Amino acid sequence: MNDAAPEASRVVLDAEQIARACARMAHQILEANRGAEGLVLLGIPTRGVVLAERLAKAMADVEGISIPTGALDVTMYRDDLRTQPTRPVGHTHLPIGVDDAVVVLVDDVLFSGRTVRAALDSLGDLGRPRAVRLAVLIDRGHRELPIRADHVGKNLPTAADERVRVRLEEIDGVNEVTIVRDDSASSVAVRRG
Amino acid sequence: MRHLLSAADLDLTSATELMDLAEEMSLLQGRPVKKLPALRGRTVVNLFFEDSTRTRSSFEIAGKWLSADVINVSAKGSSVSKGESLRDTVLTVAAMGVDALVIRHHASGAPRQATEWIDAHVLNAGDGTHEHPTQAMLDAFTLRRHFRKSEPGLADFAGKTIAIVGDVTHSRVARSNLLLLQTLGADVVLVAPPTLLPAGVETWPARVCTELDEVLPIVDAVMMLRVQRERMSGGYFPTPREYTIGYGLTWPRLQLLKPGAAICHPGPMNRGLEISAEAADAANSLILDQVAAGVAIRMSVLYSLLGGADDTPPPSAREGVAA
Amino acid sequence: MSEMLIRGADVLGQGRADLLIRDDVFADPSEADVSAEQIDADGLVALPGLVDLHSHLRQPGREDTETVASGTRAAARGGFTAVLAMANTDPVADTAEAAEHVAQLGRRDGLAQVIPVGAVTKGLKGTELAELGLMARSAARVRVFSDDGHCVADARLMRRAMEYVRAFDGVIAQHAQDPRLAGPDACCHEGAISGRLGLPGWPSAAEATIVARDVQITSLTRSRLHVCHVSSAETVDVLRWAKARDIPVTAEVTPHHLLLTTDEVVSYDPTYKVNPPLRAAEDVAELRLALADGTIDVVATDHAPHARHDKEHAFAEAAFGMLGLETALAVVIETMINRGALDWATLAMRMSTVPAHIARLPDQGRQLMVGEPANVVLVDPGARAVVDASASASLSRNNPWHGRELPDPVVATFWLGRPTFRR
Repeated sequence: MNDAAPEASRVVLDAEQIARACARMAHQILEANRGAEGLVLLGIPTRGVVLAERLAKAMADVEGISIPTGALDVTMYRDDLRTQPTRPVGHTHLPIGVDDAVVVLVDDVLFSGRTVRAALDSLGDLGRPRAVRLAVLIDRGHRELPIRADHVGKNLPTAADERVRVRLEEIDGVNEVTIVRDDSASSVAVRRG
Repeated sequence: MRHLLSAADLDLTSATELMDLAEEMSLLQGRPVKKLPALRGRTVVNLFFEDSTRTRSSFEIAGKWLSADVINVSAKGSSVSKGESLRDTVLTVAAMGVDALVIRHHASGAPRQATEWIDAHVLNAGDGTHEHPTQAMLDAFTLRRHFRKSEPGLADFAGKTIAIVGDVTHSRVARSNLLLLQTLGADVVLVAPPTLLPAGVETWPARVCTELDEVLPIVDAVMMLRVQRERMSGGYFPTPREYTIGYGLTWPRLQLLKPGAAICHPGPMNRGLEISAEAADAANSLILDQVAAGVAIRMSVLYSLLGGADDTPPPSAREGVAA
Repeated sequence: MSEMLIRGADVLGQGRADLLIRDDVFADPSEADVSAEQIDADGLVALPGLVDLHSHLRQPGREDTETVASGTRAAARGGFTAVLAMANTDPVADTAEAAEHVAQLGRRDGLAQVIPVGAVTKGLKGTELAELGLMARSAARVRVFSDDGHCVADARLMRRAMEYVRAFDGVIAQHAQDPRLAGPDACCHEGAISGRLGLPGWPSAAEATIVARDVQITSLTRSRLHVCHVSSAETVDVLRWAKARDIPVTAEVTPHHLLLTTDEVVSYDPTYKVNPPLRAAEDVAELRLALADGTIDVVATDHAPHARHDKEHAFAEAAFGMLGLETALAVVIETMINRGALDWATLAMRMSTVPAHIARLPDQGRQLMVGEPANVVLVDPGARAVVDASASASLSRNNPWHGRELPDPVVATFWLGRPTFRR
């Protein structure tokens, strides 16, 4: 995305707030599950994977055992494949089988809900989890499908024409979440899930 | 990418992406549900003018695992003798509303000619002695996995020397492999008796050598090509034994290879002619891996062709031979 | 009595003059009747009607692709007043009756003089002589014999045929292609492009070795040899050698071999599949030099119409051949006149006078003078157009020039005084 004329961009979460949100979500997940037994964290690429690893580490610090963590790429299950040239496919890594597991899907931003819908369909072809939960760093509203998150780092009301940008140190070199007003025509088409 | 007609259609970036994608696709083989919805609603026709159970089923499985509707049309038996032109055959099949034609033909150039007549995507599954791009892709994919065992994260084949040995003149696999390996940065050496080297080979991006024993010690991989016994009647070589002694990968020749050097063969093999049983079954033989890679590679190619928007406008009203 | 006065034409590029056509001959323009139709030929060049030594009119047998009527209509548009029709019809023209049939079709339907070529061997099979003498004695008066499409590969048979036709001043026109070096699968020039494309090709040597053999046989038999469609520099070398020794050999080149190269087959488009094949740029250059200096004596079209369903196959399986009658003069102007390699007078030799002489046609290729037969074509040297295959007079459409801008030279063609084409 090019940085055109003055973007009105404001930071809504700084590094410390992100860390606290992750720690809180890690506790919530363990609490809802009454411990770590059966848990598998699957992050949705790209930043969902990083978040999943951070949550797993936080949970390991609390429980003293490591939580199986992996990645679930959903490109092939998207409902909008035909609207753009062929998209590159990301990496899927299942640390263990998902049959009878409690799978926690992890993503950075929950928006229309379509990405999560694709993830649920993908998960369905991989096995039959006992339960599927959703943990997101940001819920920005504007759902188009009946999808809701179980664990939310921050609820962030936004306008449809705003863009939420999550940056994580492992990928972007810095930890912060910003909102940018996006007037470009492609903003609606490119919206992520 | 609109069509895949030649290995030269791929540059380093697209070839790498296709191989990376094939790694993902290959994970499907171990899953209970071997299905991805990406090509749901797309129709793929395997239009084979030449028999090939292996390649055809490989494409069929690849399409079906991507949820495409796959149909096999066998057009064997020269269309010339049936009075139907190639153009008519291709147009008739395409008129049913297909998204992609996978064409195998005994004559070089037929898939390329087809692209002039129809709007669908065309995938070359082997045309005469010209090219077989998905074979080259799966050979490269198999070699990359082999090289990554000792060099994890290897990005391309720079610094690797690879020999292609045998009937280069009549081999579409040789042409495609040479182009793709060269794109991937490898140094290619062609080894054959002079009668089996094509006209103009001196203009190809490869070294040429007629002595196999000189080449084997320096290669990181050797690809053996199938030699047809019928070539004897064309005067290409005098006897099978002379061919084997001069150019076959015999058991003694295995000792000349570097440790870790890979052995490849596109199949089907003439055990005892161009390749000994010992070589085919050697520890560093990748022949079975090549076969296994076929579905994953073809899935990645089909997805690349059909998994996105058809943004390329179809060829507009063509001039050419007007009615 | 009908009269046509052509005013101010540049006759063979050697000066302007009026030409008066009265019935079927030229008459003194100063005696023109006031009622004579007049053509203003200011800016036009007048040439003797062109003579094509090598054409396929496909009748009898493949009337779906061409007939004597449509083929000669195409010829007239191309400025031709005489066309030699090759013998590979169905049935083959290997008897007096078959040859007379074609001649009769020419008289009935032709828009140009049609001269049948007789086969050298029965059925073009290359094993037994055809009835050469009977064809020569027939009303068709066959003088040119050719198995074109096939090579007379048996040296002994070639010798016998050449000796035999000496009796009636015949000429054997050889399609030079050694069947062992150029097998039945060979479909293009053997070289870097065929190697890359995976197409079986045949090397120039397969043509030059036959010509080298045949000029020796010509010398031995003291008969006449004509070499069809020379395609390679190697063959030109052999012709130079032979002519330096006064061996009575003549040779032809097609328009497409003067301009197109094997690069055209990169698209696998069977429009460019022809025998002998299009070869390399070096061959094209040598052929042009040879045509300029007379080592190659004539241009002949090898007009080869094909139905779409015979061409629209994989390259290796498609029929060989291209159309050529309507565009021949345009291509020769483009490659030779416009590059200064030929002048009009020499072009008239190559495309009219010499072919007429080789075929022993008394009325063709004559000077444009009072008393001579009125076979003449008026040419606009500067006109150009984009070739449109669908506008062709031929029944077929395998036209390699479609979409190209070329000269559009022929303004009017007169065959024995009768206008067979007017733009």
